[in-house]
Amino acid sequence: MKTVKKLAPSKSVDPTRIISLTVNGETVEREVSVRMLLSDFIRHELGLTGTHVGCEHGICGACTIMMNGESSRSCTILAVQSDGMDLRTIESVAEKDGSLHPIQQAFQDNHALQCGYCTPGMIMNIMSEFESNSKIDTSEESIRELLSGNLCRCTGYANIVEAVRDAAERMGKN
Amino acid sequence: MKPPVFDYLTPSSLTEAAQVINETPGAMIIAGGQSLIPALNFKLAWPSALIDIRNIPDLDTIQINDNEIIVGAGVRHCDVEKDQRIGKRHPIMHKAMAYVAHSPIRNRGTVVGSICHADAAAEMPLILVLTDGYVTATSVDGSRTIAARDFFKFHMTTSRHDNEIIQTAHFPIPNSTGGYSFQEFARRSGDYAIAAIACLMTLDKSGKIEEIKIAGCGISQRPIRLSNVEQLVIGTTLTENDVSQAIEALAESVTSPDDIHATNKYRKYLAGKLLSKSLIEAKERAQGGNHHENG
Repeated sequence: MKTVKKLAPSKSVDPTRIISLTVNGETVEREVSVRMLLSDFIRHELGLTGTHVGCEHGICGACTIMMNGESSRSCTILAVQSDGMDLRTIESVAEKDGSLHPIQQAFQDNHALQCGYCTPGMIMNIMSEFESNSKIDTSEESIRELLSGNLCRCTGYANIVEAVRDAAERMGKN
Repeated sequence: MKPPVFDYLTPSSLTEAAQVINETPGAMIIAGGQSLIPALNFKLAWPSALIDIRNIPDLDTIQINDNEIIVGAGVRHCDVEKDQRIGKRHPIMHKAMAYVAHSPIRNRGTVVGSICHADAAAEMPLILVLTDGYVTATSVDGSRTIAARDFFKFHMTTSRHDNEIIQTAHFPIPNSTGGYSFQEFARRSGDYAIAAIACLMTLDKSGKIEEIKIAGCGISQRPIRLSNVEQLVIGTTLTENDVSQAIEALAESVTSPDDIHATNKYRKYLAGKLLSKSLIEAKERAQGGNHHENG
């Protein structure tokens, strides 16, 4: 007689939740798996691939975005935790006509990127710092402290430090 | 690296949360998730459910009275960092906060979350142990307080029962006439400490150490008070010889095994240097009476 192997109950059906939030000024409502990372939600569900994913455990800073105006690591946040929040990603930074934000322009002018993988996270982290402070300490030590949560494996940071200082000047934050 | 499958529950009161955690074996509390989500991503944690406490009112308040700073389970590191009252009243807590990860993590992670995660090299557990602080735990069975010295059992292990929610952490306010010092070394700014030493000190009129509290993290299986070192230096004026003896006594408490970050021998050497700097700086601050100045 043929025996039918009993299968274990499938765990592939993830619990889901409906979340509603603002992303780059637009209201977004989606049903998401409760275990979906916010970085994956932004990239895979919303198609905003400017937010990069490096280490996926909160070390490299490539996935940094702004949540309610505060820099946050989107790979160590669940999409469901962002319910009701106001998110901004790198896609919101330049003007609609493509003209660059002063921080982006300073990065370009100072050759502060090579491969560019870490750049969106850097920009979002710097932008959060600039927006929440009327003045920025532009000492090398302070800028390096600000950047210490963003790993760059190309540049050696010297030009990024210069770009932050330049951006602070352009924005009257120095 | 993706989190495993789990249920996600959002109770709207502490009573409801206590019921939910009691009825859900294998559930874990999530506040900011800055320690938990990396653990989920690595599948080091495999909870049956996450109980998100974000909708529970009043957990995100910092209360300050004459004796202590009471930090609710929803209070983020950045809330403590930016609270000027804490900078004034509890300068060592403020100072230590600057060493907690990087600002994007401080913007989401909570103080109580870090205490419950109980990494043996984390700063906030260290400050709780240093100041003889405690936590309050709530469950369906009622509430209890747990002293910091009893709470931290081992790296990432606490005496919290599975059905308990840590509601608040209580940081006693140090003597305002004393000095303090927080010394930490990490390979990269914002990383967990390879070793850190924290010290609170008051001097008598003749300049001898009257009261002292010293604690360390990264050097043992949990954050520890260094009572043997405290007893050795109390009543002294901290001569070079006193400091050398303190360093020698500290070595026996440095029990972390060799790991990828440092050998035990190196940690002993490093902790000794940090202790020396810490004692000297705390004494200078106690002499200068500038305890209230922001360090």
